[in-house]
Amino acid sequence: MTDPIVEETVKGHKRLERNITLLAIGTFVTVAIGGLVQITPLFYLDNTIEEVEGVRPYTPLEQAGRDIYIREGCYVCHSQMVRPFRDEVERYGHYSLAAESMYDHPFQWGSKRTGPDLARVGGRYSDEWHVQHLEDPQSVVPESVMPQYGFLKETELEIGDPEATMVALMRVGVPYTEEDLANAEADMLAQADPDRDPGDLAARYPKAQIRDFDGNPDKLTEMDALIAYLQMLGTLVDFDSAAPLEELAEEKGR
Amino acid sequence: MQAETALGRVGLWFLVMLAAMAAALGAADSGFAAHAWIIAALGFVMIWVSASRFDPLGKARGFFKLPDGPSRYDDDPIRWGVIATMFWGLAGLLAGVFIAAQLAFPQLNFEPYLNFGRLRPLHTSAVIFAFGGNALLATSFYVVQRTCRTQLAFPNLARFVFWGYQLFIVLAATGYLLGITQSREYAEPEWYVDLWLTIVWVAYFVVFVGTLARRKEPHIYVANWFYLAFIVTVAMLHIVNNLAMPVSLLGTKSYSAFAGVQDALTQWWYGHNAVGFFLTAGFLAMMYYFVPKQAERPVYSYRLSIIHFWSLIFLYIWAGPHHLHYTALPDWAQTLGMVFSIMLWMPSWGGMINGLMTLNGAWDKVRTDPIIRMMVMALAFYGMSTFEGPMLSIKSVNSLSHYTDWTIGHVHSGALGWNGMITFACVYFLVPRLWKRERMYSLRMINWHFWLATIGIVFYAASMWVAGIMQGLMWREYGPDGYLVWSFADSVAAMFPMYVMRAAGGLMYLGGALIMSYNIWMTLAGKQRVEAPLNDAAYDPEADRPIVNQPSAVPAE
Repeated sequence: MTDPIVEETVKGHKRLERNITLLAIGTFVTVAIGGLVQITPLFYLDNTIEEVEGVRPYTPLEQAGRDIYIREGCYVCHSQMVRPFRDEVERYGHYSLAAESMYDHPFQWGSKRTGPDLARVGGRYSDEWHVQHLEDPQSVVPESVMPQYGFLKETELEIGDPEATMVALMRVGVPYTEEDLANAEADMLAQADPDRDPGDLAARYPKAQIRDFDGNPDKLTEMDALIAYLQMLGTLVDFDSAAPLEELAEEKGR
Repeated sequence: MQAETALGRVGLWFLVMLAAMAAALGAADSGFAAHAWIIAALGFVMIWVSASRFDPLGKARGFFKLPDGPSRYDDDPIRWGVIATMFWGLAGLLAGVFIAAQLAFPQLNFEPYLNFGRLRPLHTSAVIFAFGGNALLATSFYVVQRTCRTQLAFPNLARFVFWGYQLFIVLAATGYLLGITQSREYAEPEWYVDLWLTIVWVAYFVVFVGTLARRKEPHIYVANWFYLAFIVTVAMLHIVNNLAMPVSLLGTKSYSAFAGVQDALTQWWYGHNAVGFFLTAGFLAMMYYFVPKQAERPVYSYRLSIIHFWSLIFLYIWAGPHHLHYTALPDWAQTLGMVFSIMLWMPSWGGMINGLMTLNGAWDKVRTDPIIRMMVMALAFYGMSTFEGPMLSIKSVNSLSHYTDWTIGHVHSGALGWNGMITFACVYFLVPRLWKRERMYSLRMINWHFWLATIGIVFYAASMWVAGIMQGLMWREYGPDGYLVWSFADSVAAMFPMYVMRAAGGLMYLGGALIMSYNIWMTLAGKQRVEAPLNDAAYDPEADRPIVNQPSAVPAE
């Protein structure tokens, strides 16, 4: 098979079929193209990297709630992406903008709506409703097939090292400030405890909601963190003001 | 085994155990500690395995046995792979039936460990990566040896690939139950498990390419092109999609390197091509070897295999954005994804046609050979779901189907129909040959399996079509008063009968797999059921050997 006379006659695709190196390189080049063409531009096109007024990084407590949302696999049944259709906008609120998830490492757009979209669930229901719904969903929505999450109310939030969490997020591009870092733990405790002084938490994280979320001010639970996250979802951008529309009109590179 | 080697192995595993225990004690969270304890337990077991295998007389015959001699194929990892395929297949199908039942009867959720949100990734990973992955490992090692007429290169590394992959599965599965997840669909395991899989995968690539490089045939058979594309592309997808920043080197948690829209497209570039390369290219490789073997006919068209190979791998990678239609992803990317998805219909059907037409002149076997019947049904489902896929990727269709159970039905007609059926057929082909039995315990039982599985899929797919289209229509229905007619909860309540039917379909499919397991069990026990004969492909063990006697030729490259 290494006969040079035979090799002479091997042309075209047959050469690939006899040479593992050529075949492997050819395959790799072929499969690399699509991703390069589609994904790379998203890192510099205006409408995928633009900033929209109001969007800010998560507070330490909201981020902890988000981690619980991910841990429990909420994304498996709930999307966070309102599509620009009349029925969706009417049902869930303004369609989602790319900028609204710019600090979402990882994104939580979801792929299935066994339950409703949560992109704008913030402020729609009271904290008490959320607590009861998470403990026993069928008690407030009889048709629901959602599992129960009562254990969140019993489990104290493992505070761990919120500063390390923020440092990791900063390394992937979330613009926390030195002050945010220094106050990480204090911010986390103060956001859900009315007896603590929140300091300038609300100034550093505009629209941050500071109150006890789970109905038990004595304990900082996972329920506090999760509801703090749910209650801020979709509330950061003010769609009634003219600013976002102006910015949309100015953007280039769509 | 020699005393020094045995002692060295014991020492190595002892170090592994110590390191894992140190990691467990210093862990930043309980999930990481649990995983470290699993590794430590493995190290402890391996110390005893290594010590008990110390056998100065060289009679050691255990899990790590190397091939008997150059005149036999190295089939041990393949035998383990077949058993692992069946074991994980049953586990994954059982998890699937359970979560299907949870959606109909939410009382079946047991917080926190057995809630739907934690079990669903367990189901998907178990069937795709544990069942499908082991099937791919086993068949690729089988096929590459037969088509190259040589033994596996690096037999020790091949064993590492098998056991390393099982460890990956155990870490991934236990992680889901403990809530350790990146939330990237089909790439849920956290950063350290991803690193481990990367090491295993590189070893897999080395074994596979190494075997191809020492082949005794001048030509690389088409099945190996598909296996190669599968291994190379999955490596690329896995590494890029899992780029993440760990919070602590002794903790489970990490944050994705990308955010928002960039993260979404990276994930679905991965997610769609996990389907394209794990569940399609790899399984087409199985088709290209086992269908001609069982039919005892050559592949229909060589030219078609070239065209559809290159067009399939080129086009598939572009199709990811169709998972993000009408989202905040830019329109041009969505349209590009849609156009390429529709084009993908053609190479997909190229593969189906090449498989089905291989039966030219042997179509009577569909009636007489239950394994061929299973393969034909697998190809028919492959054709059906690769038609449905492009249809669902059309933006206007997708506006209705996205977020609904139609997608779930589509995935399962592909996964149960194509991946499941072709895997079952290949395992039925492999078991008598690997364990040197004349035939399966019962060919009639393969027929029962076939019908249970087929009817199960019909139940599954049909109920999910109805469910998905109903959901989509209910969500968007306006009444004459100009208001939305249905609340979301109404659409959930309407799903109940469909979810029950789906669970019933899944149960039938699981029943088929149980019959298969019994059949394999009895075959391994050396029994043959007394039954009216059915057709099966002929097998000559003497011809199933590597080429060793020729003057050792060096491959061209």
